[in-house]
Amino acid sequence: MSAQPQIKLTEAENALLIAYTEQVGDLPGNGDVLVARDRLITDIKTRGLPTRRVEAWHYTDLRNLLRQVPDHANGDVKALEPLIAGSAVLALENGKVVRKAKAEGVSVRGIAAMLEDGTGAFLMSPRGDDDAVGRINGGFLRDGLEIAVADGAALAEPIELQVLHSGGQSHGRFVVSVGAGASARIVERQQGNGAAQALVSSVSDLTLKAGADVTWVIVQEQGVSDTHLGQMNFRLEKDAKLRLFIVNAGGKLVRQEVHGVTVGEGSDFTFRVVNLLGGESHTDVTMTLGHDVPDTTSTEIVRNVVFDKASGVFQGQIRVAPDAQKTDARMACNTLLLSEEADFSTKPELEIFADDVQCAHGATVADIDRNHLYYLMARGIPEKKARALLVQAFVAEVVEELDDEPLVEALEDVIEGWLERHGN
Amino acid sequence: MLEIRNLHARIAEDGTEIIRGLNLTVKAGEVAAIMGPNGSGKSTLSYILSGREDYEVTEGDILYNGESILELDPAERAAKGIFLAFQYPVEIPGVATMQFLKVALNEQRKQRGEAELTTPDFMKRVKDAAAHLKIAPEMLRRPLNVGFSGGEKKRAEILQMALLEPKLCVLDETDSGLDIDALKIVSDGVNALRSPDRAVIVITHYQRLLEHIVPDTVHVLYKGQIIKSGDKSLALELEANGYADVIEAAA
Repeated sequence: MSAQPQIKLTEAENALLIAYTEQVGDLPGNGDVLVARDRLITDIKTRGLPTRRVEAWHYTDLRNLLRQVPDHANGDVKALEPLIAGSAVLALENGKVVRKAKAEGVSVRGIAAMLEDGTGAFLMSPRGDDDAVGRINGGFLRDGLEIAVADGAALAEPIELQVLHSGGQSHGRFVVSVGAGASARIVERQQGNGAAQALVSSVSDLTLKAGADVTWVIVQEQGVSDTHLGQMNFRLEKDAKLRLFIVNAGGKLVRQEVHGVTVGEGSDFTFRVVNLLGGESHTDVTMTLGHDVPDTTSTEIVRNVVFDKASGVFQGQIRVAPDAQKTDARMACNTLLLSEEADFSTKPELEIFADDVQCAHGATVADIDRNHLYYLMARGIPEKKARALLVQAFVAEVVEELDDEPLVEALEDVIEGWLERHGN
Repeated sequence: MLEIRNLHARIAEDGTEIIRGLNLTVKAGEVAAIMGPNGSGKSTLSYILSGREDYEVTEGDILYNGESILELDPAERAAKGIFLAFQYPVEIPGVATMQFLKVALNEQRKQRGEAELTTPDFMKRVKDAAAHLKIAPEMLRRPLNVGFSGGEKKRAEILQMALLEPKLCVLDETDSGLDIDALKIVSDGVNALRSPDRAVIVITHYQRLLEHIVPDTVHVLYKGQIIKSGDKSLALELEANGYADVIEAAA
């Protein structure tokens, strides 16, 4: 506690420190957890939030972009119908667990209790020096869920994780393990229902045991003035398959990190992102993926639709370890820029230390195809509607690929709804 | 129904004049054929009628049912009943053919102040029209024109025409790329739409199509002007003697 600030803190950094002092007495945790919390916050105090000089944050200067931090005070949260009817809903409201539907083959434990008895102290370890999301989340972590899907369980209905808030601060965590040979669909919804500004952090740690098969969909629909800091950390064991699909359709300042590693041969990671960006928002999707063992595969496709003065970032780093032969990794980032002031930055990064591998990346930027627009209009479809159809078509390809009818329909509704609200 | 008066038009981008004082009148119920050598402005004329913004009208006017359509965009013209069957239909990945048909039909109806079709009504119309044109339901599930053969694309254009029920149909080289069977199917589709309140403009290089879709009038387009008009015998004459005589006589 004797560390002197080495830098002049910004208004937002000061607000974070004050918020911590105000909340800490109230946050769950035994002595170990408290010490760990203090350390995370002290890191922020001494180093400040990352700026563009920190490579991982080069395109998202958090220190300058995060202007304000709201008070912790929250109001009532309106319950949300699940995206897919019949889903088992597990809900956090303003960072606290409020609903735990039961599902066969799934066991659930609250994280607040794990912090109280110290078994959750491991949640307080940041990923590294530049892990601002982990520090904020760990420092302020209030609650969350540890979810275990039993070996061999085939969940018929999706699990829906609702992370809801009504403005103010909300910091939650999920620790999910899917047992050997089990299969599950998990829908994570990040959404606020208040007009008040929010600071949300949400971290998930996911482990897929041998042969597990998981589709995880994140639908981020935060409010226009909200800051959303998300992080998903995953490990894939032998022959495990993870399809991770992210739709960003909200928020003012959004950073969604995905950090994964394939630790078992034959594992496969499919990553799809649809970024729907409008207004003056800034949205950053940063992925790091380690192909650590031989014979693992991944494909990453990011589709961005950028209106107004919005800006977006995709950083995709793929590391292939020296003995990870026969790795096959393919990454693509395609952007539709729909305004002169819209902006998107793509940074692919391949670090390959094995010699018998296939790795590729590509990026495209385009406007609406004029011939397509003319053809649709020549059939009587007014320009605005024709443009919306073409924008939808641009992202439809990656959505339909999910090949899961209720999920595809639900996501198409989310996308269509966003386009109706933001269409030019 | 359509009256083109002293039309002059150029390519917007580089100012090249393509249509140079074109006059043409087409009445309701009439089938008019426009023939002419390559580069005479046939396709350009079809694009200008549909409202493509790559072309600029510099002089003259296009009257449709007595009103100028120059200020209307392609969607507004389509809603008023002008339909262009494209020589090269555009492939649009990600837009399902059925979805496209439904949106087009309903958007036109909305612009005309009519109620949208119910899904069963829409499905029935598509099914009937597709059967007449020997279009497999499977084709309609694919993205619009993507992976369609040349013949399938042309049949899909005629399907759209049949469903949208336009008043002025412009067929731009609908016969190109069709084998004899497909030509027959497409022609039957067009003939089925002939009616006293509908006009058809058939743009073609060859007499062949006109054996199936028999025109009331035939017009020769050359260097952006109609240089000769006649009845269906003019098409036979052109087939036998080529354009040289007509061009010489007009010079």
